[in-house]
Amino acid sequence: MNERDNGTTYLDGWSLMIYLCLVLLGWLSIYSASHGGDTFELDFSTNYGKQIIWIGISLLLGGMIFLIDTRFFDVFAYAFYALTIALLLLVLAFGSEINGARAWFEIGGFRLQPAEFAKFGTALALAKYLGDIDSNIREFRQQVVAFILLGIPAVLIVVQGDAGSALVYASLTLMFYREGMSGLFLILGIGFIILFILTIAYGTQSVMIGVLVVCLIILAFTYTRKGIIRYLVGALVVCFALSVSVQAAFEKVLKPHQQIRLEVMLGLKEDPQGVGYNVTQSKIAIGSGGFFGKGFLNGTQTKGDFVPEQHTDFIFSTVGEEFGWVGSFVVIVLFASLFLRISFLAERQRSKFNRVYAYSVLCILLFHFAINIGMTVNIAPVIGIPLPFFSYGGSSMISFTLLLFLLLRLDANRFNELDSVHT
Amino acid sequence: MSSNSNKGIVIRASIVIISLILLVKLFFLQVVNDKYAEEARRISRRIVTLYPDRGLIEDRNGKIIVFNDAAFDLMINFPFRTKNFDVQGFCALTELSREEFEAKLAEARANTYRGRAIFMKNLEPRLFARIQEGLHEFSHFNIETRTDRRYDYNAGGHVLGYVAEISRSELEKTEDGYYDIGEYVGKSGIEQFYEEPLRGVKGFEYHTVDHLGRIVDDYKDGVENTKAVNGKRLTSSLDIELQRYGEELMQNKIGSIVAIEPSSGEILAMVSSPAYDPNMFSIKNLGKYYRELARDKSKPLLNRAVAAQYPPGSVFKLIMALIGLEEGVITTSTQFSCSNGFRVGSLHVGCHAHAPRPDLKYSLITSCNAYYCNTLREILHQGNGETIEESYNNWRNYLLRFGLGSTLGLDVNQEKGGNVPSAEYYHRIHGHNRWNYLRIISLSIGQGELLFTPLQMANVAAIIANKGYYYVPHVVKAIDGKPGIPERFLERRETGISDYNFNIVRDAMREVYERGTAAGSQIKGITSCGKTGTVQNPHGENHSMFIAFAPKEEPKIAIAVVVENSGYGSTWAAPIASLMMEKYLMPDSTTQRPDLYERMIKGNLMPVDNE
Repeated sequence: MNERDNGTTYLDGWSLMIYLCLVLLGWLSIYSASHGGDTFELDFSTNYGKQIIWIGISLLLGGMIFLIDTRFFDVFAYAFYALTIALLLLVLAFGSEINGARAWFEIGGFRLQPAEFAKFGTALALAKYLGDIDSNIREFRQQVVAFILLGIPAVLIVVQGDAGSALVYASLTLMFYREGMSGLFLILGIGFIILFILTIAYGTQSVMIGVLVVCLIILAFTYTRKGIIRYLVGALVVCFALSVSVQAAFEKVLKPHQQIRLEVMLGLKEDPQGVGYNVTQSKIAIGSGGFFGKGFLNGTQTKGDFVPEQHTDFIFSTVGEEFGWVGSFVVIVLFASLFLRISFLAERQRSKFNRVYAYSVLCILLFHFAINIGMTVNIAPVIGIPLPFFSYGGSSMISFTLLLFLLLRLDANRFNELDSVHT
Repeated sequence: MSSNSNKGIVIRASIVIISLILLVKLFFLQVVNDKYAEEARRISRRIVTLYPDRGLIEDRNGKIIVFNDAAFDLMINFPFRTKNFDVQGFCALTELSREEFEAKLAEARANTYRGRAIFMKNLEPRLFARIQEGLHEFSHFNIETRTDRRYDYNAGGHVLGYVAEISRSELEKTEDGYYDIGEYVGKSGIEQFYEEPLRGVKGFEYHTVDHLGRIVDDYKDGVENTKAVNGKRLTSSLDIELQRYGEELMQNKIGSIVAIEPSSGEILAMVSSPAYDPNMFSIKNLGKYYRELARDKSKPLLNRAVAAQYPPGSVFKLIMALIGLEEGVITTSTQFSCSNGFRVGSLHVGCHAHAPRPDLKYSLITSCNAYYCNTLREILHQGNGETIEESYNNWRNYLLRFGLGSTLGLDVNQEKGGNVPSAEYYHRIHGHNRWNYLRIISLSIGQGELLFTPLQMANVAAIIANKGYYYVPHVVKAIDGKPGIPERFLERRETGISDYNFNIVRDAMREVYERGTAAGSQIKGITSCGKTGTVQNPHGENHSMFIAFAPKEEPKIAIAVVVENSGYGSTWAAPIASLMMEKYLMPDSTTQRPDLYERMIKGNLMPVDNE
């Protein structure tokens, strides 16, 4: 064991810098969206004032991670996981219901959303499980366990009534893929999504006709191959079963407002005054920003509160309106740089635990980024998940910071783990 | 493990692809498509129109004849949703039923222009006060003030014109898009012709509003705001006292008076009777009287002074004399015999009893028909192988130079041009050049196809007063105290007839007053000159006509009077003209002839409605 540093000597400066930039830009956007004046006044009753507190707490907790030995997280990974699952259960029993989801603890004037912290616990648990020298994600048994690990929090969050946040867990399959799971899973996953969308858009019947036609075309080219018919019939049956269950799930499981959101996103319904209102207003705000934007604090749509939930889920519309395409470009490039940097960090880890954890962080952040910005411009369904480091909110700010800072901690410590390298 | 590292590359590629998809989508949204910028403006920017004061109109003596009054409209600003809107409270404030509210909302939606529309038009004062009091609770609504017109003198309605809501067709015609639906525009008279200087320029205030329609602050810090520029003050050439006097004299009669200052072409009075009170056309009153006026059989809305056309009758003999003199076919000593008229073969143009061989002056004073039949014959005498077309056109060109046969170009619309037939017209009837002066003999005494408007007749009087030239008559002399009226009103137009010949005719016109047909209308102390006319009217009693100017030495006023269905020119038209000239030239003294005045005022010559 080397005692030569306090954990920051090998701290990745790039990641930290990008993180700080994003937090600063996010705060400026919140300042604008919550109608901060031309001269700054520190007022903790405003959203931008409160966000300063959240950023402060996040940095404090993030700093504390550097004081804790990395082995602590390895040893207590399952304990963290168990704790966050317990919180998810408790919130079902004692949480307050807001916007149709029982997902918050109300303590004093503050709200805590356990679902945000569950990502942290799940990432640790998966790192622990898959980081084990004996584990191999290619094996069916291991796959089942891994999916159960992420399935438990996801199901609990669905039960809370926040299906959007639960979808984040699906993104972790990308990490499984990196760890050796067959790409077929991803392809099947994407195929399933296409089937899902087509079923909702055109109904089971039309989809099945389409699938049949595709199968016949494939058969026409490959009928000489042995056993091809068996595969195709199997595929047909699976598609049919999926399509039917999708239709049923859409109608039975999804709540009416979620159905409409999906349909609006798919362009099946025009609903500019109802559910589509948010998206319409968000597009107007972003689209009216033009190339250079209207200038900081000069966004007419932002000032007029036209975009509901602008300081939380639709914070990107402030960027788009006030800083234009140039501003959007800067933000997206910053995020992309951070993600590429994280993937670089992930690949340079010598411990499997670290790498799995790093990819888990990447998957979670990437999913939030893609879906959140996607929904503000109407290319993703409005599932109500925050933009990391940008959106207003203590729980998400703290949990995203912890996710990233533990990664930086592990990375800075990678040389000290030479002894414990497993692979 | 190397295959798994490749998977890392797949993941990096997907990061890049996702970012590119977002950037491209944003590029289309923000840079390529500008519909969102428009939409953002539409919903977050509120335009408040600042209406300028419409220019005042004063008369030639500086008396304000048209001034402003405020009219208030309740405006609605879109987007507006009845959801979350206190419809009940709003209906209570505006005293509308729920159904009326819905109907007005639907109408306003249909008329939306630049995001707003008139919700309630022209609020009466009590309702205006009430609504203004409670309106702050309804952020989508505001009140806009517009200019209404008021008139202190019940006179000059036809000349002044009126202002009313712009019509759809007018909206489509204006190219600069200045007007919004529901705005007001000059519809006739001076209000229409001088719409641009009168209206001024609208100002605009742009505000940023929030999603509930509340004003947040100035749009772009107010840099795009513009101030209203008030309309310009017009100085009319009318003498409003004279105008009012003329309308009084013409009451219960159908006809016109046009008085012109000969030296400038400025119209001093333009009366069309029956007239109406211009206040009937104020924005507040419009709709109340319009139908009634439009249906009236005596057509009070018609401006007869410029749009009614009459054969000039004997008045035309003045022009015949001038052309004859200028052409050298007659002189002051030329005599033609008249034995109860003019006879050639079976053709007979009657005349009244007078000395048998009149000379020029006597023919004008007694208004001999035969003399002018002969004069026309002499003028159209086709010497040197001239065709009838050539000689007719020579004669006709004189008339055109008198401003006859086409519109003069007055600055009041609806002007008609009268009629001086072309040679082609007679070719069509009689065959090419297969006609001679006998075919058109009635033209010589101002009958036949000839038609003049009262304005043209007054202009002829002005030409004779000026000894040969005129300025295009006009009713506005200055804009904002400075000359700024169209150029054409300042160009002197010549008839090409010599002073000498005009003096001969002017002397005869003086004698019409001294011992001729207008002897009963003399004004003591004023050397008036005139000529009566009695125009045959196939539909009833003859039209009485008179043109005159005074004083002879330095004419200040030239006038034409037409009184329909009233008989001889000397009975009605001449006395009215002389009273008008007296009023204008001696404004401070009461009339010398109260009896004449009384008789004119009391005369009722309105057609009896037999139905």
